[in-house]
Amino acid sequence: MTWVRIVTWRLAFTVPLLLAVTFGMFALAKASPFDPVRQYLGERAMITSPEVMAGIRANWGLDKPLLEQYATWLGNLLSGDLGESRSLRLPVAQVIGERLGWTLLVVGCALVVMLVAGPVVGTLAAWRRDSWLDRLVTGAAYTNEAAPVFWVGLLAIWVFSVTLGWLPAGGLTDAASTTVTLPDLLRHMVLPVAVLAFSQSSWLLLFVRESVIGVLREDFVTGARARGLRGRTVLLRHALRSALLPFITIMGARVPELVTGAILVEAVFSWPGVAGTTIKAALSVDFPLLAALTLLATLAVVAGNLLADLAYTVADPRVRVLGVG
Amino acid sequence: MKRRSALFGVFVLALTACSAPSQPAPAAQDTVVLGLSSEPDALNPVLGYAPDGGSLMFDGLVRRTPDLKVQPALAESLPEAEGKKVEFTLRQGVTFHDGRPLTSADVVYTYEQVLKSGNNSPIRGDYAAIDKVDAPDERTVVFHLKYPYAPIVQRATLGIVPDKSDLSGKPVGTGPYAFVSWTKGDKIALKANERYWGDVPAVKNLVLAYTTDDNARATRMAAGEYTATELPPKAVARFRDQPGVTVHEAPSADYRGVMFPMDQPVTGDLAVRRALSLAVDRSAMVSAILAGAGAPAFGPIAPGTGWHDPSVTGSAQPDRAEAAATLEAAGWKAGADGIRTKDGTAARFTLMYPAGDSLRKDLALAVASDAKQVGIDVRLAGLDWDAIDQRMAKDALIMGYGTPYDPDYTNYELFHSSYAGQGYFNPGRYDNPEMDRLLDAGRRTSDRAAREKTYQEVQRLIRDDAVWLYLVYLKHTYVVRGGWSGLRIGVEAHEHSTGGLLGTVVNWKPAS
Repeated sequence: MTWVRIVTWRLAFTVPLLLAVTFGMFALAKASPFDPVRQYLGERAMITSPEVMAGIRANWGLDKPLLEQYATWLGNLLSGDLGESRSLRLPVAQVIGERLGWTLLVVGCALVVMLVAGPVVGTLAAWRRDSWLDRLVTGAAYTNEAAPVFWVGLLAIWVFSVTLGWLPAGGLTDAASTTVTLPDLLRHMVLPVAVLAFSQSSWLLLFVRESVIGVLREDFVTGARARGLRGRTVLLRHALRSALLPFITIMGARVPELVTGAILVEAVFSWPGVAGTTIKAALSVDFPLLAALTLLATLAVVAGNLLADLAYTVADPRVRVLGVG
Repeated sequence: MKRRSALFGVFVLALTACSAPSQPAPAAQDTVVLGLSSEPDALNPVLGYAPDGGSLMFDGLVRRTPDLKVQPALAESLPEAEGKKVEFTLRQGVTFHDGRPLTSADVVYTYEQVLKSGNNSPIRGDYAAIDKVDAPDERTVVFHLKYPYAPIVQRATLGIVPDKSDLSGKPVGTGPYAFVSWTKGDKIALKANERYWGDVPAVKNLVLAYTTDDNARATRMAAGEYTATELPPKAVARFRDQPGVTVHEAPSADYRGVMFPMDQPVTGDLAVRRALSLAVDRSAMVSAILAGAGAPAFGPIAPGTGWHDPSVTGSAQPDRAEAAATLEAAGWKAGADGIRTKDGTAARFTLMYPAGDSLRKDLALAVASDAKQVGIDVRLAGLDWDAIDQRMAKDALIMGYGTPYDPDYTNYELFHSSYAGQGYFNPGRYDNPEMDRLLDAGRRTSDRAAREKTYQEVQRLIRDDAVWLYLVYLKHTYVVRGGWSGLRIGVEAHEHSTGGLLGTVVNWKPAS
């Protein structure tokens, strides 16, 4: 029943956390030098009379005190109303509803690729330590870790779309098609998923490599070898199990970076997801949309950590037996 | 060895899992994909979507040709715009995309929604002259104005939406293209309206694909995904020598210049402002800062719009000797440090520019270095707009305006004394009774010849008073794949959603 305790404990923490995060977001947005009305009007702000701008400001309640604005927002949230996006002129729920699926699709696929490629390649590098393969993998991983995601994205477009012409450079489907078909969608997903997974997995891969190298030196591995077990059995049955435990926790802790990575990848590949919308919401100081997206990102991080901890109880009997502190 | 290859196989598989090579399907002849930079926030004209006729889904009472002639669209003919009452008669037999016939109630509803404060329409201020709109019968619409306002005919390009329609619902108009789908953040698909009252477009399927990043858009154009796209001048260079694509340059009415505070001792001196206009090197700004995609500017009304006074011009090259002579004659004498002074006041002022705008920053730097050569010290300040707001009455500012449509647009607000100190309208507090008289006369009459004469006087007065230091007009650059007839270039506005060159897609036909 350890997991019940973990979930209850986490939920109790989540409520004040969400309150603090959203209030902090409101306070920051309020302190931001950008005027939401000017951002809403865009280029037109320069040719709009101060009187019309004042009217919009009053309609949005921007002249009210911060606490009152926050209380109104919170009240609406509790009654299920996320408000209206100012920059997109649509209900926030609709904006998120239209886009969340596409983001989950890319992030989910990238996560799967990371979960497979990270440990496999990391273990492989550790197992054949100091070989040409290990050097290639670690070298590439370090380079990738230093490269910004959007740069990797643009490079991938240049190589695979422009030079080789294998894959489309962006968008959800072919620009000319009006319906979403599966083969078309898959072809468009390859680059965003690969870039997101690739840019996020180098750190994991290096971590797994270190961890496996460390475990391979442990006594129980030496003991297993001494009992005459085959190298592969030692690696897969004994060393990996112990080396991958911290990996689970790290996966959970990496969720925020996956979220930021998704924002950049969506922007570079014109992917119509919710993460790319965050940039727009932030730039246009769209409080209602930004607040909802912040809430969503916070929930993603909390859920990521929770899932990692639950997975840990499955993987490590000590946690299951002794419980969490 | 076997084990190694098995593991390596998994690795390779993971990396190449889905990357089956394939080519993008070649687009059919009747499908055009336009790569655009900024996606509209809403597709409703009431909420500010393409009010100046850049929408392909909606028609206004009137429309503009690429050479800026106003033609009747949903109206049967152009009305007389004298006085405070303007009457339009609607064209017969027009239907919306959903089959409903167009009536005057639709027009009244559209304008009422724009004017309704609760809708927060960004274009509400443009229609400030309208008191109310009513419909005496099914085919007649009457605009009651608060004051005589001839530009109302130009404002009537606003797209008409059906009566009682939901503002954030599916867009329904009467235009040459009908809405099919909108994948937010990606693209809008349109199809030709086969029941269009005008010529049905030859391009049957139109896709407006949105990519904000200029490099990403250039890449997608190069990869063959777009039929045509808009790009900044530096990004079109790679397409110039490519076979099968054409680079087009369109002049625009979008200018950049320096707005002066008139109540300050240095910028308030006419001699200083005139000397600056002589001292700046506009040709260098066009070639170095705009990569050639621009033209020198000498006034607020662009050449080619039909309203420009040809005598308001000058040399793109600086005339520093003349600038120095102007300053000397006005009593600004060179000091020991090279900066001129007059009665103990140094020829020094601050020039602000919005910090995030690299074009305005480059122009500000160029102005400062040109001014230095004639003994005027220009200090630069890159600020955000909220800081600029507070200082506009005291410091000069790099600004941009300009519209190719009606000469009353923005110029009335920028130069009329009644707007002095009101936000971005006339923050320098320029006040000249003669200018007020001309601007009022210009919007009172709808007689084209009389208006042209009035606005020529306006332009000459702005030049004589050196109210602004005009620097450059920008040009828009486009890349188009394939041969098309019907593609026309005109003087473009700053905002061009699907207006400007790409808006002529309505008339494109494959040139075979």
